[in-house]
Amino acid sequence: MNLGSHADFIVAAYAMTLFVVAALIAWVLLDYSAQRRILGDLEERGVTRRSQRKG
Amino acid sequence: MAVIDLANPTRFLRIVDRVLPWLIAATVVLFAVGLYRAMSAPDDYQQGATVKIMFLHVPAAWLGMFGWALMSVAALGTLVWRHPLADVSGKAAAPIGAAFTFICLVTGSLWGRPTWGTYWVWDARLTSMLVLLLLYLGVLALYWTAEEPGRGARAAAILSLVGAVNLPIIKFSVDWWNTLHQPASVFRTGGSTIDPSLLTPLLIMALAFTLLFVTLHLAIMRNEILRRRVRSMRLMQAQEVHA
Repeated sequence: MNLGSHADFIVAAYAMTLFVVAALIAWVLLDYSAQRRILGDLEERGVTRRSQRKG
Repeated sequence: MAVIDLANPTRFLRIVDRVLPWLIAATVVLFAVGLYRAMSAPDDYQQGATVKIMFLHVPAAWLGMFGWALMSVAALGTLVWRHPLADVSGKAAAPIGAAFTFICLVTGSLWGRPTWGTYWVWDARLTSMLVLLLLYLGVLALYWTAEEPGRGARAAAILSLVGAVNLPIIKFSVDWWNTLHQPASVFRTGGSTIDPSLLTPLLIMALAFTLLFVTLHLAIMRNEILRRRVRSMRLMQAQEVHA
């Protein structure tokens, strides 16, 4: 594959897109594990939501 | 299952957990096929190999606008129908739409330099797309800085509806004003002006990016529901301490 004389522009466009998408995915995964961890801690301490309470 | 059942966050989370692995697999496969087809596509007779930037730029532009359209529908759900998941959906779409709008602007700039001879011009299409990015940043600021989530959601919903005016301006800017940007070449009356050897990989890449959008949207919605559970449990805990 020959990208010609403007290869720098093409590579920069693909690299930047990859970086932004990877950053978005990383943020989603880190946020998910953080929320799961906090929820787990709260449940371990016996804290429940109103909808989970009986009576 | 009735659509109204999706309004139940617990049921929604169960569905998301089931659907996400399939969506991720489909997205990866489509990106593999799309990137292979994009890299093996022929050069454009005028632009040469820089046409490969089109496979990123065009889907990013579509999804930047799609994200705002989705937020506008979610805003109606928040303000009119008070659907429990509408605000969650709008908030989840904002960072993804902003990311795609940013990708559109940067890839467009990198494509413009070799083809137009400049990274940026203040013409109608480019400027209206920059306005879209600024609107996204405004909505994100409203969501992320509001002390009371409900108030932030209502303000963001109103901005989403007002900002929707920008969508037809972006779409028709190339027809209404004399711009450096080319007119519509994929979805237009009379058919696409792009050769099938470039159009097919473009549509595959657009589908792959759309699936990525949907996957991220559902994943961020799941995170947001969990965050609201954490908030509600902490409030319950605080009330018990004070009781």
